[in-house]
Amino acid sequence: MWVLLGVAVVVVGFAARLNPLLIVATAAVVTGVAGGLDVVATLGVLGKAFKDNRYISVVWLILPLIGLLEREGLQERAKALIGRLREATAGRLLVIYLLIRQLAAAVGLTSLGGHAQMVRPLIAPMAEAAAESRHGDLPQPLRDRIKAMAAATDNVGLFFGEDIFIAIASILLIKGFLEENGIIVEPLHLSMWAIPTAIAALLIHGARLLLLDRQLGKAAGR
Amino acid sequence: MIGLDVLYVLAGLLFAVFAAATLMDGTNPKRFTSALFWALFATSFLVGSYLPDVVNGGILVAMALVAGFNLMGKGEHPQPVDKPQRAERWGNRLFIPALIPPVVTLLGTLTLKGAMIGGQPLVDPKQVTLVSLGAGIVLATTVALIMFRASPVTATREGRRLMESVGWAGLLPQALAALGAVFAVAHVGAVIGNLATTWLPLGTPLAAVVAYTLGMALFTAIMGNAFAAFPVMTAAIGLPIIVGKFGGDPAIMGAIGMLAGFCGTLTTPMAANFNIVPAALLELSDRYGVIKAQLPTALMLLLANTVLMYVLVYRF
Repeated sequence: MWVLLGVAVVVVGFAARLNPLLIVATAAVVTGVAGGLDVVATLGVLGKAFKDNRYISVVWLILPLIGLLEREGLQERAKALIGRLREATAGRLLVIYLLIRQLAAAVGLTSLGGHAQMVRPLIAPMAEAAAESRHGDLPQPLRDRIKAMAAATDNVGLFFGEDIFIAIASILLIKGFLEENGIIVEPLHLSMWAIPTAIAALLIHGARLLLLDRQLGKAAGR
Repeated sequence: MIGLDVLYVLAGLLFAVFAAATLMDGTNPKRFTSALFWALFATSFLVGSYLPDVVNGGILVAMALVAGFNLMGKGEHPQPVDKPQRAERWGNRLFIPALIPPVVTLLGTLTLKGAMIGGQPLVDPKQVTLVSLGAGIVLATTVALIMFRASPVTATREGRRLMESVGWAGLLPQALAALGAVFAVAHVGAVIGNLATTWLPLGTPLAAVVAYTLGMALFTAIMGNAFAAFPVMTAAIGLPIIVGKFGGDPAIMGAIGMLAGFCGTLTTPMAANFNIVPAALLELSDRYGVIKAQLPTALMLLLANTVLMYVLVYRF
């Protein structure tokens, strides 16, 4: 039971808005010690996993490219394109992105999208520009709200599209786990049952995105 | 054979350049400690494989201390004032370098898996996607440098501008994965699984479904990862109760159970690469802004998953 102290550190730490890296380091030491390891052994477990998971941080290699493109006006170009479409609104644009992200993930193209590659340089500026061309200059909290919804849309589209693809990690994990327990299922059978939730995600998040347009209209007073 | 080690050297060199440039950046009020953070990141990438585990753990803790005591700062990186004109001049050609990484990742993943050279696989078969992504980034950056007649110095300065706006959040996903390993060694998952079966009411088919989907979402929120929650919750509730006791369909239970876990992922700062990193990348004033934007979707979708599972799992 004492090992749950580490979980408590995480919950309290995030609720108190302490620095997340500090929370992680503290929670790791608390959990290790509560679980019967000494501090050096805990650091060893932590360090080995830290080293083995370096691949996660390799994505930052893309930043020089994104920075160069932004310097040459990528965000401005994305905004100009959207500004020309009279029917475009932030919500409608994000609904289309949601659908594309879900469909692409459903056929295994999970790398089409992402926060560093797509949302920051393209999708968020486009959504902002669409809102501005309709409602005029927006105050910072509303801009933040649009940007946050753009990031949320990328996540929702990815999470509730990828499981329709039969060779995605989560489907293989489910298949492997059931197999270990003597139940054989076909990946196709698993991915088929991800479709109802994918449709629900499109309807629920899509409706919220369209509501965002109305909220923006009200908040901007026109 | 090209594997992750090549990418680690590239990332290590990039962070080493960030560290050196930060050290010399007079506009950054905390340049010494910020440079230390990036130098530690570079060290981990360049020589982490050769260091004892405890030293790697020490590097993580040292980086956490620099970040935790608010010792990281940003420099000033003035942007060109004629960006709209530049955008006008390039037109849609600007999108070409942006599209190269995903296209190369896709092509590489499809074609490089079986590629052999001299009887050896050209690319580590387990790392094809990441290696392809790395190749796509290198190619796209080269194209951008030629197209814009920019120097590599400009490219790394622009990269540093973005890395500074991400800041310590850039390390968080990797650090959380390391915390997950400590949780695993200390059997945190098993303890929570036991608690769930002891305290949750599981006496009816509906109660079992509700306990399972809620449990998946909650446990995922704690661990930051549905993959960690799935085996524990499914072994505790899904298989013995929904499938074993009430005769539910295992494929539907597994598929929708995992998706219930994904609803938990949307709600937690522990899933940093989806929730905290984008808030930093988009320079939101609220660190939890993305989570707040997702919360209503996550809760409604969790309800939808629960209803879907209850309606479907006992029917097929």
